[in-house]
Amino acid sequence: MIEIVNLKKSFDEKIVLRNVNLKVYDGEKLVIIGRSGCGKSVLLKNILNLMQPDRGYILVDQVPIKKVSQRDLFYLRKQFGFLFQGSALFDSMTVAENIALPLVEHTDLSPKEIKIQVAEKLEMVGLPGIENLKPSELSGGMKKRVALARAIIMNPKYVLYDEPTTGLDPIMAANIDHLINELNDRLNVTSIIVTHDMQSVSRIADRVVMLHMGMIMFEGSVEELHTTDNPIVYQFVHAKMDGPIQPKPLKY
Amino acid sequence: MIKFIESIGYRTLSFFQEAGAVFIMVWRVFKYLSEVWRNRSLVFQQMLEIGVRSLPLVIFVGVFAGAVASVQTAYQLEGYISFNYLGAATSIAIFIELGPVLTALVAAGRVSASIAAEIGTMKVTEQIDALEALAIDPLRYLAMPRILSGFIMVPILTIFADFVGLLGAYFVAYLNLGLSPEIFFGSVKEFFTIMNVMSGLIKAFVFGGVTAIIGCHVGFGTEGGAEGVGKSTIRAFVLSSALILLNDYLLSVLLF
Repeated sequence: MIEIVNLKKSFDEKIVLRNVNLKVYDGEKLVIIGRSGCGKSVLLKNILNLMQPDRGYILVDQVPIKKVSQRDLFYLRKQFGFLFQGSALFDSMTVAENIALPLVEHTDLSPKEIKIQVAEKLEMVGLPGIENLKPSELSGGMKKRVALARAIIMNPKYVLYDEPTTGLDPIMAANIDHLINELNDRLNVTSIIVTHDMQSVSRIADRVVMLHMGMIMFEGSVEELHTTDNPIVYQFVHAKMDGPIQPKPLKY
Repeated sequence: MIKFIESIGYRTLSFFQEAGAVFIMVWRVFKYLSEVWRNRSLVFQQMLEIGVRSLPLVIFVGVFAGAVASVQTAYQLEGYISFNYLGAATSIAIFIELGPVLTALVAAGRVSASIAAEIGTMKVTEQIDALEALAIDPLRYLAMPRILSGFIMVPILTIFADFVGLLGAYFVAYLNLGLSPEIFFGSVKEFFTIMNVMSGLIKAFVFGGVTAIIGCHVGFGTEGGAEGVGKSTIRAFVLSSALILLNDYLLSVLLF
């Protein structure tokens, strides 16, 4: 279980997260929604300690991730897969080298065994046989799926997705959502998905959290999300122009 | 007035903050030296990149630096000292100063800037975060092989530069003054001391390390897209060139 307690994060004068409290239960698919720049990605990066909170702490399986040594931090990170918004594939490596990197670095598997595992994961994300291509030769959707294969190569306990369907066509987005569901079922991972794609929310979420102005504005099921009378959540979910959320980002 | 004092204070603090960050990075990288064998393929890859691929440029610069040194020295000797000592005077200048400094400046342009651009691009495209997320320390995976290769390969490049510089110097001496190889290389041999070459290589060792360290430090500190990468590239070149010349002075005082 991941427990986020009183998390606060700001950049210079701008407060991005203020007193965020959230529990992520084992095996669930938690979707975090909110406007662009509301701190969703920052929250994900704090969970992995890629950014450090100004105040508050995060417990991963009861371990405070901010306070552990580098060795323990890396041990904890091995239990995570992280799908970055821009895929973050290593340009200088082939697809196979990208996916194999965690295995090469952290295991004693032979090249042959690594090759088999890479092929297996590529098959799982629906891209068999592209091992020798470079990231520059892939489309956006393919990059996301390769990045997903890399994220799950160590069979992680938690997978964090930062806007997995942004910039993809609806069919590819549906494919990625299907993959997320399948991974949860097949590998029994706990998933945290940051998105503002409401169709994805309906397809994948067990539970939804909405971040607004650095705070949790809503927490509940997809049904509750669609029936809530909170005007802010209603405006966001139904993509209305009129409402309490201003088109121009508010200063906070 | 207060604003002026504030700006001096701010700049001083920034300077010490940055210097501190460089030392912390170097310390953390040095701790990974015990894992060189495990990371040997990464180190060899960087030795190839920093050393072997810089060789054509270093040879080009070395030949012409030697040739210019020969012409200039001949001009200064003319009428005072016999041209028979041209080889000795030119070779000492090449071994002590021209070889290491010009090689390091070439490395600053080619290596430091390319390290900063590569790591900077990785930083702004979240590839550094991706390494961290995969439980791989970027200092071990990216910085250690580059810094170690800088320390090792720049002295090796300097040996090449010394050698071709001397050949360039002789070639010009032969063309302009008709000096025979026996006279030119005889005087080189007569005044040759291992200390001259070693001091040049010690300089090259320090310059190589500085070049790679600055490239890594600036690369990791890159912010904001393509513009940030461009700025980092320039900054790495300017900083490493300035530090090479500063260290050249300090080492010359220490070594001679």
